[in-house]
Amino acid sequence: MKTLVQKFNAAFGADMGGPVIAFVAVMLIFGLAADNFLSMATFGSVAFQLPELGLLTLAMLLPLLTGGINLSITFAANLSGLAAAWVLQAHGGVDAPASAFLFACLAALATGAASGALTGVAIAYTRAHPILVTLSMMIFLRGLGEFLTRGGDVSGFPAYIAPIGHGSVFGFPIPLLIFIICVALWHVLLVRSKLGFGLLMIGSNMEAAHYSGLNTRKILVLVYTLSGLMCAVAGIIMLARFNSVRVGHGESYLLITVLAAFLGGINPFGGFGRVLPVFVALIVLQLLSSGLNLMGANQHLATALWGVLMIVVMAARTLASNYRIFMRKKA
Amino acid sequence: MSAEPLLSLKNIRVTFGGVRALKGVSFEVNPGEVHCLAGENGCGKSTLIKVITGVYKPEEGAEFVFDGKPISGMTPTLAQTLGIQVIWQDLALFSEMSVAENIGFQLAVTGKFGLINKRAIDEAAEKALARLGVSLDIHQPLKELPIAQRQIVAIARALVGEARLVFMDEPTASLTQSEADYLIGIVRNLSASGIAVVFVSHRLAEVLEISHRITVLRDGALVGVYPVEGMTQSRVTELMTGRNFDSAVIAADHDDAPVVLSVRNLTRNGEFVDVSFDLRRGETLGITGLLGAGRTELALTLFGMHKPHSGEILLEGQKVSFGSNRDAIRAGIAYLSEDRLSLGLNQPQSIADNLVMASLDRILSGGLISPTRKADVVSRWISELGVKIGTPDDPIRTLSGGNQQRVAIAKWLAIGPKILILDAPTVGVDVGARAGIFEIVRKLAAEGLSIIIISDEPPEVYFNADRVVHMADGRFQAVYDPRRASLNELESAVYA
Amino acid sequence: MRRLIQGRTTEFTLLAVMVLLCVGLSFGTDRFLTISNAFDVLNVSAVNIIFAVGLLVVLISGGIDISFAVAASVVQYLTVLALTALGGGNWAEGFLVAGIIGIGLGAINAFLVYRLQIISIVATISTFNIFFGLLMFFTKGVSIYNLPDWLSTRVVFYEHEMADGSWVELTLPVVVMILCCAATSFMISRTTTGRKLYAFGDNPEGARRFGINISAMHYISFGWLGLMAGIAGLMQAHYAQEVVPNALYGRELDVLAATVLGGARLGGGKGSVMGCVLGVLLVSITQNGLNLMGVSPFAFKMIVGAIILIAITLSSARFDKLLPDTLKSSARKGGQG
Repeated sequence: MKTLVQKFNAAFGADMGGPVIAFVAVMLIFGLAADNFLSMATFGSVAFQLPELGLLTLAMLLPLLTGGINLSITFAANLSGLAAAWVLQAHGGVDAPASAFLFACLAALATGAASGALTGVAIAYTRAHPILVTLSMMIFLRGLGEFLTRGGDVSGFPAYIAPIGHGSVFGFPIPLLIFIICVALWHVLLVRSKLGFGLLMIGSNMEAAHYSGLNTRKILVLVYTLSGLMCAVAGIIMLARFNSVRVGHGESYLLITVLAAFLGGINPFGGFGRVLPVFVALIVLQLLSSGLNLMGANQHLATALWGVLMIVVMAARTLASNYRIFMRKKA
Repeated sequence: MSAEPLLSLKNIRVTFGGVRALKGVSFEVNPGEVHCLAGENGCGKSTLIKVITGVYKPEEGAEFVFDGKPISGMTPTLAQTLGIQVIWQDLALFSEMSVAENIGFQLAVTGKFGLINKRAIDEAAEKALARLGVSLDIHQPLKELPIAQRQIVAIARALVGEARLVFMDEPTASLTQSEADYLIGIVRNLSASGIAVVFVSHRLAEVLEISHRITVLRDGALVGVYPVEGMTQSRVTELMTGRNFDSAVIAADHDDAPVVLSVRNLTRNGEFVDVSFDLRRGETLGITGLLGAGRTELALTLFGMHKPHSGEILLEGQKVSFGSNRDAIRAGIAYLSEDRLSLGLNQPQSIADNLVMASLDRILSGGLISPTRKADVVSRWISELGVKIGTPDDPIRTLSGGNQQRVAIAKWLAIGPKILILDAPTVGVDVGARAGIFEIVRKLAAEGLSIIIISDEPPEVYFNADRVVHMADGRFQAVYDPRRASLNELESAVYA
Repeated sequence: MRRLIQGRTTEFTLLAVMVLLCVGLSFGTDRFLTISNAFDVLNVSAVNIIFAVGLLVVLISGGIDISFAVAASVVQYLTVLALTALGGGNWAEGFLVAGIIGIGLGAINAFLVYRLQIISIVATISTFNIFFGLLMFFTKGVSIYNLPDWLSTRVVFYEHEMADGSWVELTLPVVVMILCCAATSFMISRTTTGRKLYAFGDNPEGARRFGINISAMHYISFGWLGLMAGIAGLMQAHYAQEVVPNALYGRELDVLAATVLGGARLGGGKGSVMGCVLGVLLVSITQNGLNLMGVSPFAFKMIVGAIILIAITLSSARFDKLLPDTLKSSARKGGQG
């Protein structure tokens, strides 16, 4: 048993344990409780719902790893979606050509990156607590969005956009593919790039990283800019999925993304964490919600259970570390 | 000195996770005595203090007598009631509160009916400060005070608690010499008024100056209790480490070697003035002086972290001006920080990541970090510097101070530096492991690296550098050649 | 006087900004600088101020809480259901039940943070989801419009018709808000418990070595916020004359921003009731003024957001420079050693 655990840790990393155990537990419980759980329908619902929450979680992930947080992600996504929507509307709305869509995507990405960069500059140069900066950024972006849309929604986009939210290639949902590409990008970024190395280092000790010659300000600005870019991707997917943009859409995902990241073994103080366990944690959350749906319960019960799952996992970590200390004392 | 000891402990044993932290230690303090508790890091000094103040419980068989009465179950609250106070190394003060609120904290948390009597707190604070002969604005927020005055606040706080026995854990570690002298005066005052003081310090010179007796611990066991008369620094070191250290001067001439670094009239207002020197290839320059002499500030300026106000830095004859420490690193200047815990190393991160942190560009392949090149660099330096590790993925904080310092040096060697500045390289490194660090330094110098060693312990630079500069008040006072000047000459200049 | 200002920089800066704002707004619109409008602002802000002083206690002790606003919704719902089932109830029973449920929910957070050692932001994000998810699940999102009479009837302690025909009203939420502020202010600045809370937030390890009961600190701070959340929930139901399960959803972040604007520090050890009140009022006054000036309601959220963003960024930049380097490094050394 012990060697099995060691082998698992060696192959996947110790932080993979929690999410995988939760995954197996959810599969077992729902597989036994709901006979139609292990089906293509479940897979389909997870596959189409995962990307939105998943992309926003990726946007939350990098700031969390630097020991910060980005509370403005959902509204940054909305605003990016709005930017895209306007470009489309300006080019004929429903009849906008494909080139306009390309332009719309660029506008969305630019908007997301700009809001992220602004946040990053504020954090890097004033050293204000990221919770405060991003919280006020969130309030500002929400206000800006509501001002621009007058609280309504913007809709009426060309038909060829819908597949980005709903379509499949060879039976594989397109939004899921986009999400997986982003997961892979983030994975490489964290494991292999200088930026990834640097952001983990400043996550556990910014001053020590500075003394070793890392450009901590540049890293912070880049991290929040990338976070904003990922919000824009989420914004585009949401636009395509709902065929409309409304400020406030996805707002309830905000704290769920933090929860998913911690569930995926991200160190709450920053400096440690990987993308793959977070990916598994996201699947667990989505399975939990789909499973409950099959059994007739609604999303709200799933939300509550997400909270319970989080507490169980965190408490188990505490107990496990206490147990290890206890065993060492006895030895 | 009365015959009856104030505190008497016998047969104190404490075990953590299978490791014996204290192996049957005895300890005695007389009333009004200044007693020194000496030992290397991890010898059990802090554990012993925590047993005495009730933070840890000793195992069965311990004898604990305070003021003639046996104590069976000590708790932090009981310790305070008995008048046992600790001034922790980190002071454990509250930075957002005022001076008065800090000094009178005991009164603030034990007020009648759960209410605070602000006037009583202010009066107690004034009284305690008056007793120390200090005047401070008691309404000033603590965070605005310099570290030395905060130390005074911590001592005053101990006095409010009707102290009879005060422990001071490394009280002079962060003080300049004049501040430390001032503190020593206060300790003498306390002792004269009948309060026993136990001094835990690694600065041996002060220990010998101030104490009546010395208790030496090694590896959780008692080595012995010695009167201070006739004790020398080297004897105490020997007792602490159980080893003998022979020192020999290694200074040599490097006049034929090319000049690598030239500093001309470098000045940074309020920190250092008109500093000029040349450093040649393979040469080791020692800079000593008291804390606050401007040594670290000079080093940080050479390292590009601060900009000089006037003067020039020439690297191999070329005038340089650094915008940040990244420029300095690119130019081949490395700086080993005096504060290894928070600046020198990234303690929670792995040994491997710490080692490559400064030299990422050298392990890139196609713009990405190459895991194989990283592993190569790590294993090469680990073996070259003889670092004892489990695996390179272990957090660096799991290593001993000496091994951590080797990794910190390796981090800088990995950038292929021309100049290595070592700021207090032996702080927090056991006496026994220091020799190993200097062996590495000598080998690097022999390979042609130019080195600057900064230390507040004159012998350290005297025995390990080709030339020694005495720095005080931000100026280079004099240069000593260890082959011609005696250590005594250097020390008396430094401590004058 | 100098000392007074020095110790309370944030409060005085806020006050100065607020005075400037008021002067500016009174030129912009003649309705602004009237007593009745001032009371309007107070009425509107009362619930948020009660939340803010509760949150202040948790922030001072070094924690953070995200769950209090949805906890208040849970309290509203349970209190109304319980008292209706018991035959109607009255104000005394209402406060008692709401307070007890609020404290209970706060104690859950304290248990998670202290016993299970889950850091407060993670623990309270979890309870946020649990409270809100369960509330929406069991109520199916259905609001209660039929409140007991005592709860839905407006209580006015003082009213007076001004010369211009507008009314000055001192309503129950404002009176309760003043009492909550007074109680919190007394607790944190006059009692030994308050001193311990500041000390624990300032330097937890130092407080522990002093023998301060860490468990009690957690239960007191989260319990106090729970109590305030319960009272605020009841007041909000009274003010809105209905119980809507998601009415307070999202309020937590607005209150957090206002509290921090008022000088409370994330990380603990600092903050005052005065600052909290000013922080909330600054936001309300801005909204009120813009409203009276005829600015679109959609625009003033944006303007308020921008003001908070600028204020928080500027104040952080300044405070960081005030902090001496020695303190920062010695604090870190303390953490490591």
